[in-house]
Amino acid sequence: MRVGLFVTCLVDLMRPRIGFAALTLLEAAGCEVVVPETQTCCGQPGYNSGDRRSARVLARKLMTEFEACDYVVAPSGSCAGMIRTHYPDLFTDDPAEAERVKRLCERTRELTDFLANVVKLERVPGTFEGKVTYHDSCSGLRELGVKTQPRALLARVPGLTLEEMPEAEVCCGFGGAFALKFGDISSHIAERKCANIAAAGADAVVLGDLGCMLNIEGRLRRRGDTTTRVLHVAEVLAGNVEG
Amino acid sequence: MQVTSMHFKARAKEKLADAKLQAALRKLQGNFVKGRADRVAELDNFEAIREAGAEIRERALANLDLYLAEFENNATARGAVVHWAETAEQANRIVCELAAQYKARKVVKSKSMVSEECGLNDALAAAGIEVIETDLGEYILQLAHEAPSHIVAPVVHKSRDEVSDLFEQKHGKPRKTGIAELTREAREMLRPHFLGADMGISGANFIIAETGSTLIVTNEGNGRMVTTLPRVHVAITGIEKVVPTLEDVATLLRLLPRHGTGQTITNYVSVTTGIRGAGESEGPEHFHVILMDAGRTRLIGSDLQPMLRCIRCGACMNHCPVYQSIGGHAYGWVYPGPMGSVLTPLYVGLENALDLPNAATLCNQCGVVCPVKIPLPDLIRKVRERQFERGLKPWWERAGLALWGWTARHPALYAIMTAIGARALAWMGGSGKLIHNLPLGGGWTGRRDLPAPQGKTFREMYGRHWRRS
Ligand code: SF4
Repeated sequence: MRVGLFVTCLVDLMRPRIGFAALTLLEAAGCEVVVPETQTCCGQPGYNSGDRRSARVLARKLMTEFEACDYVVAPSGSCAGMIRTHYPDLFTDDPAEAERVKRLCERTRELTDFLANVVKLERVPGTFEGKVTYHDSCSGLRELGVKTQPRALLARVPGLTLEEMPEAEVCCGFGGAFALKFGDISSHIAERKCANIAAAGADAVVLGDLGCMLNIEGRLRRRGDTTTRVLHVAEVLAGNVEG
Repeated sequence: MQVTSMHFKARAKEKLADAKLQAALRKLQGNFVKGRADRVAELDNFEAIREAGAEIRERALANLDLYLAEFENNATARGAVVHWAETAEQANRIVCELAAQYKARKVVKSKSMVSEECGLNDALAAAGIEVIETDLGEYILQLAHEAPSHIVAPVVHKSRDEVSDLFEQKHGKPRKTGIAELTREAREMLRPHFLGADMGISGANFIIAETGSTLIVTNEGNGRMVTTLPRVHVAITGIEKVVPTLEDVATLLRLLPRHGTGQTITNYVSVTTGIRGAGESEGPEHFHVILMDAGRTRLIGSDLQPMLRCIRCGACMNHCPVYQSIGGHAYGWVYPGPMGSVLTPLYVGLENALDLPNAATLCNQCGVVCPVKIPLPDLIRKVRERQFERGLKPWWERAGLALWGWTARHPALYAIMTAIGARALAWMGGSGKLIHNLPLGGGWTGRRDLPAPQGKTFREMYGRHWRRS
């Protein structure tokens, strides 16, 4: 099975480690992984800012780059959600393209969803000594139904225990450009998430979206928490956690 | 109502720092959020009811002209008079003319958000007519000269202590502290007004085409008095509130209280049909229904039409992380939260509410809880698209988007830019790998850090694989 890894722009720029962890996991599942070299961004920043045209251009570019893959997998609910739930909206007035989009959507999966439901990964490479809590990122949860998949996979990591936090499904306040434009409100919402994380008393909060990671880690550190780790689920599953 | 949505940012900042408001908002999360979840869990066919509710509203909107005509016919047949108001000013004028026609000096009102849209109370006061709000929340706000901050619980931003102080000061009676005592005192103050009013003004949660009736749901019973005691009853609402049949309304009533207040049903559901008939002892002698457009028909047939399905339950704001953080006043008009972020710019003008559709994380908690399945985040995004198309986005945002879009289309250049960016940010992060103060990114780093990148991009690190193959 030929799987195209869509690294996503934030992982590329901020945390390449997560991209490599995703690669490890897909290979562990026996996939032939290709990483199209020209990939950049799915178009979400433009789309969510009301700029449909630029989003459409980037959507077309991505479609072409991943044309030859059986699946497109992204370590991000928000980018996979952009493709699966929003690309069709970008091409409603273009029936020729609509068919291509539909095929892309059917083949696109968020990483944990792919691992748990498509390749049904039984053994995960990683180990983790300690207690983690899981934050459900909005797009993954509410656009793609990613809820049990990461938990089922984490349950297979030796040494790891999961402690649910209160309000795990409530938004962390990231919201893309919202975090910059309305920083006060965004940080206020993040603070509530951090208090919930603290209530779980875990060694690490694990999640599946880089935007939320940066937001939560940024607020945790500012509120003086230097110990709770913020980890992408791929890092934990792959055992690719920074020292 | 005056629009102050332009000041959203500044007011939001004040609200975040308002400890009393923050405490009040926390209550809301508990009562309404949990209440809704419990009431929904009781229904084994909840999704089917929700589906039916959305379908009913959509059907009504698809045939709006027909159902409105049917409503008018049936209402007229029962002795009501139907008025059409194209604008909020027209609606005010009609009410003032009716008050003059019936020589009304005193008006009692039950809760109506449409009358808030019009600023009806001010218009009546300007015409020399005394207006008394009789919904407890609205009564408190009238005494305090404040605007509602929530469409179902208008006074949710106030603590009980503040109400005690207000009543003591305005009523001139010994200070009460219990909710029951405070309510009793308000009732005592309101009773003579009910008996002395010449006109009652209500809103309508729904208007029913097949019977020509208006319907309100209330918990205090004041709505019944307003619609039956005075000799004239005026109901004012938006044209989109029409529902084909009583049966349809019954379905919607299974959703509205559960989502609004966490009740299976409100204490009162009042269906008002026509005037007092011969031999009947109750009801008004005159019944007027004012159906207001004020921007609604502009949405019909557009990609924003689903917004008109709204049954004003308030669930979207109760569940919204932004509303939960700042309350309703910062939104600057009648409708706050996600539904307000769509409606306000559309009703008062995109340019007068630029921040609202952008002040959302698009987390879709609102869309998930909306009882009539309005895809709120999608509609919020569509309002952003309208802003973009009309050039209403700030230059720096447009420039930033254009630059990003262009670079992302040129992978070689993109690779260089991101490599430079990753290094620059990593350098700024220093040994602690945290950026405390990002130039031009004060929005981010004002109250949180930015974790620094690893230093090289994925593309650089993976590069050798590409070169090998
Ligand atoms: S948009 Fe939906 S959830 Fe919000 S008030 Fe209207 S009906 Fe209720």
